[in-house]
Amino acid sequence: MGALINALPGSIAQGLIWGILAIGVYITFKVLDYADLTVDGSLATGGAVAVICITGGMNPYLAMVMAFGAGMLAGFVTGLFHTVFGIPAILSGILTQLGLYSINMRILGKSNQAVSVDQYGLIVSLRYIPEACITAGICCIVITMVLYWFFGTELGAAVRATGCNQNMARAQGINTNAQKVLGLVLSNGLVGIAGGLYAQYQGSADVNMGRGAIVIGLAAVIIGEVIFGKIFRNFALRMLASVIGAIIYFIVIAIVLQLGLSTNDLKLFSALIVAVFLAIPYLKSRYFAQTGRKGGGADA
Amino acid sequence: MLKIENVYKTFHPGTINEKKALCGIDLVLNEGDFVTVIGGNGAGKSTMLNMIAGVYPVDQGSILIDDDNVTKLPEHKRAKYLGRVFQDPMTGTAADMNIEENLAIAARRGKSRFLGWGITGKEREDYRERLKALELGLETRMTAKVGLLSGGQRQALTLLMASLEKPKVLLLDEHTAALDPKTAKKVLDLTEEIVNKDHLTTLMITHNMKDAIRLGNRLIMMHEGRIIYDVAGEEKKNLKVSDLLAKFEEASGGEFSNDRMMLS
Repeated sequence: MGALINALPGSIAQGLIWGILAIGVYITFKVLDYADLTVDGSLATGGAVAVICITGGMNPYLAMVMAFGAGMLAGFVTGLFHTVFGIPAILSGILTQLGLYSINMRILGKSNQAVSVDQYGLIVSLRYIPEACITAGICCIVITMVLYWFFGTELGAAVRATGCNQNMARAQGINTNAQKVLGLVLSNGLVGIAGGLYAQYQGSADVNMGRGAIVIGLAAVIIGEVIFGKIFRNFALRMLASVIGAIIYFIVIAIVLQLGLSTNDLKLFSALIVAVFLAIPYLKSRYFAQTGRKGGGADA
Repeated sequence: MLKIENVYKTFHPGTINEKKALCGIDLVLNEGDFVTVIGGNGAGKSTMLNMIAGVYPVDQGSILIDDDNVTKLPEHKRAKYLGRVFQDPMTGTAADMNIEENLAIAARRGKSRFLGWGITGKEREDYRERLKALELGLETRMTAKVGLLSGGQRQALTLLMASLEKPKVLLLDEHTAALDPKTAKKVLDLTEEIVNKDHLTTLMITHNMKDAIRLGNRLIMMHEGRIIYDVAGEEKKNLKVSDLLAKFEEASGGEFSNDRMMLS
């Protein structure tokens, strides 16, 4: 029990950093209704770019801007695959993700590159967990506020309409392909930031750091939705629910590790969490017929 | 206002499923024309509307709206000319967005969308007034998700959205077919009201021949991808359902007796 309490602050810090990724996944998965698997690659790209920039002498904050840009670029490529070349959504993401592995190797020059908090003024580090929590928490809140504003603009509304009903969007003059690309760019930009922060937090960038990231992101979004879906109606709160979902996820991981699960089993555990939470609403609607949702009766 | 010249469309050409949907459509709509379109299943009515809207490209021919050649324009670029209401009440609105957001998106049809507010307070007041005019009580539910509305309410809202920014041409694709008779009548009355108020140039597909005769100033009948009958003015007003049925019999050589148009 004592070990668990000791692990808690670290879980929260990790959860907040991955919360940024969760917000990105929220944009594609919930707003755009697009299962974007680019995330596994773009997280590592963000980490690699940030670490290389920092070890190259760049200001860490500027390095985060670079990580953001690199992530956006990755999202742009996936968007092009899907909209210009007509490749199915999931496959577009997989292609970018796979290609990014090689690119990340090129950026890093090797599979793992350390960045020491003693040597560079890193933004977050697991050496200073409380500070890391505060910094990552502020990042999450600022990002949520900016996105809340954005999705309230004409452009943001167009992205939401595209995710909701493409026929309606096009009939109202919205270029749905452009909105999808925009959503992917934004989402992966955030994932790049998460990658950059996470690499600093753990003190190194690794080409494999993104493996399974999309599943963690989805877990965060879904946990947030299941717990807060009924309470949080506001769009900003819904995004923050994903961040809280990420924190809960990492706390649960800490607990199951304490209970004796091996770190090697974590991926299986994560996959099962996501599968179960995705299945619940489907099974519910199938076996407990709902009334009055979507469309409903015909009387005006 | 709308000019369709020699438009051809074949689906799945060269395959066993080849379907000649449009075989040389020529149609000119004058400003303020309210044209009802009838025809059996597979006559090409919906295909014609979709061609105008740019849902898929034409094989041949051209489409002009307000003297602009839109033949090569993608669907979202043609939207600035068109108001559209679909057969399925789900198609015309975004279910997860609320009523005022849907209206605000429709109000920006044909305009560039940047980082201005998605909806302003002034707009909200305007929408409230317009919703009030529908007499469906929607003005008190402006922040309710559209997915919670009934089919009839959604069609009424879609109609309002289609006419919010005055379209050059209003395209109605059997927009009351999925509604129960009472609701269908309400939506149809509303359609008439909106079209008359703004003198909208309108193309309305219907399966109900009585409606086709009663509404609008002109009627066209389609069969196997062609316009086989085009009537306007007094002659149209004096039409009877039996006249239309006879026309169909003549065009289709009796096979028409099986069609679902007989039922309406």
